[in-house]
Amino acid sequence: MENREGVFNKIRQFWGRLMHVRWLLPALLGLVFLASLVIHHFDLLDLYVQLVLMYVGINIILALSLNLINGYMGEFSVGHAGFMAVGAYIASWLTVKVFPVHLTACLFPLAVLAGGIGAALVGLIVAFPSFKTRGDYLAIVTLAFGMIVKSAIENIDVLGGPRGFLGMEKLSTLPWVFFWAALSVWAIRNIVYSNFGRGVLSIREDEIASDLMSVNTKEVKIIVFVVSSFFAGIAGALFAHLLQFISPRAFDIIKSTDILIMVYLGGIGSIAGSILGATIYTVLLEVLRPMGVWRMVLMPLMLVMLMIFRPRGIMGLKEFSWFIPVRDIFASIRWREKRGGR
Amino acid sequence: MAILNARGVTHYFGGLGAVSNFNIDLEPRELVGIIGPNGAGKTTVFNLITGVYRATQGSIIFEGSRIVGKPPNQITALGIARTFQNIRLFKEMTVLDNVRTACYAKVKYNPIEALFHTGRFCREEEEIISRSMDLLAHLNLDIHANELSKNLPYGLQRRLEIARALATEPKLLLLDEPAAGMNSQEVDRLMELIYRIKNDFNLTILLIEHQMHLVMNICERLIVLDFGETIAQGKPHEIQNNPLVLEAYLGKEMHKEMQG
Repeated sequence: MENREGVFNKIRQFWGRLMHVRWLLPALLGLVFLASLVIHHFDLLDLYVQLVLMYVGINIILALSLNLINGYMGEFSVGHAGFMAVGAYIASWLTVKVFPVHLTACLFPLAVLAGGIGAALVGLIVAFPSFKTRGDYLAIVTLAFGMIVKSAIENIDVLGGPRGFLGMEKLSTLPWVFFWAALSVWAIRNIVYSNFGRGVLSIREDEIASDLMSVNTKEVKIIVFVVSSFFAGIAGALFAHLLQFISPRAFDIIKSTDILIMVYLGGIGSIAGSILGATIYTVLLEVLRPMGVWRMVLMPLMLVMLMIFRPRGIMGLKEFSWFIPVRDIFASIRWREKRGGR
Repeated sequence: MAILNARGVTHYFGGLGAVSNFNIDLEPRELVGIIGPNGAGKTTVFNLITGVYRATQGSIIFEGSRIVGKPPNQITALGIARTFQNIRLFKEMTVLDNVRTACYAKVKYNPIEALFHTGRFCREEEEIISRSMDLLAHLNLDIHANELSKNLPYGLQRRLEIARALATEPKLLLLDEPAAGMNSQEVDRLMELIYRIKNDFNLTILLIEHQMHLVMNICERLIVLDFGETIAQGKPHEIQNNPLVLEAYLGKEMHKEMQG
């Protein structure tokens, strides 16, 4: 027994030291990006494995962006698939109907960006009810929003209505998905560890106190909804060009629930948590596929167990120091050094 | 010139008058206390001044600008900060982050600059850290900078609330029952602290308190509320013997008995 504890401690120590090696994260990211380029170019991996990896990437973007609203700000949005749908349809419409056929591959990043921006604009609209309502009531608002988006698309004939929209080329590749996922980690991390991020957290802790401590809560909420829906839109655009077929049914409440599960599995208020949650959930669903129907029994059961033994998710409110800026980690130590020097 | 000037401030909750015809003139660097029995409307007065509630009638002028109808964050940015009767810290945030959050209005960079960590972003962030740490050191909280605020003992949580309020760089500080739940020794130390920050930061202070020891010792002037009405105003020793005040606190019969 004691021996095992010793091993655990050694692992913990090693992990702690590893987390303080700052250059490791950018190095790792660069390496993985290179690997994704090589794999994509020479088809080194089974197509199915590549597909799962791309799903992991897209789900990381989704979980991170929802975590901003649900985890960091402490609201409960259940209409995240709505933002995703907006991004997916805008990007698909651009690549299929607007862009010249021979240029779609080059213009794909623009289409994804447009999907993100479109979703962000819609997010801006949803931000306004959040000034007045919060908690359960805002959850209802986001639920309604999800329904509105779904039935709106069902009634637009140009977008295929309930039959769905197809004709997209398979433009989402491993390097692209990785690029956008890394971008979302970078952006959300920089927002969270800024003045605005502290505002977001303080709204979760106590909105009235936050307002009274000079935090412009309306401004913060607008930023959160815009950033969050922007990345949900990006994920939607990538999703559409991976599946090559989208229909309003793909973005219903079930999809929103999937994202919610990833966020709460990984842990609220944590970037590392969202990455872990999205990865574990996506991979597990695939690994358990041979079980057939039983998969849908086992998976929820595991979630229930997790919530009993780790109610805040795997990484709830904790963060790998890799994602925390050096300035924040050593704030008090550096201040003391500077002071001692005087 | 008065720093805060309230005239005929009245507030109703539904049909119930919570505060009626409240007047106050605060001179710069004054230390004024509001006392009164439970439910007299003291905290409501604070909520009206800080913009949590919008006064039904009356005007509140802070340094020449009307503040009725402004959102709390703007009023705080103008220079009115407060603490709370029941501690309302950001519990799951560190002590340092609690104070840094209160610097929100001082920051000039925008979200795009935050995204790209521009020069201005880095400069301002460094400045906020050193300012917040200095403030914590001033209140002897710097060794707790990295602890979650919910893990601090009660007395330190109260002090952190004051530190957080000071981080907004107020000219007027509203303290809502700062001595609640403290023993007499702690109250003495709190009085020293209030004196110290008043001098160091050039503050005007308005405080609500039940502990008469503190009120009578440090307040230069008192306002007594009962059922939302201002029933007396004046120097502490005048208030002590005011029959209306004794009546409000002890009841009519009791007061007569004591006199008789």
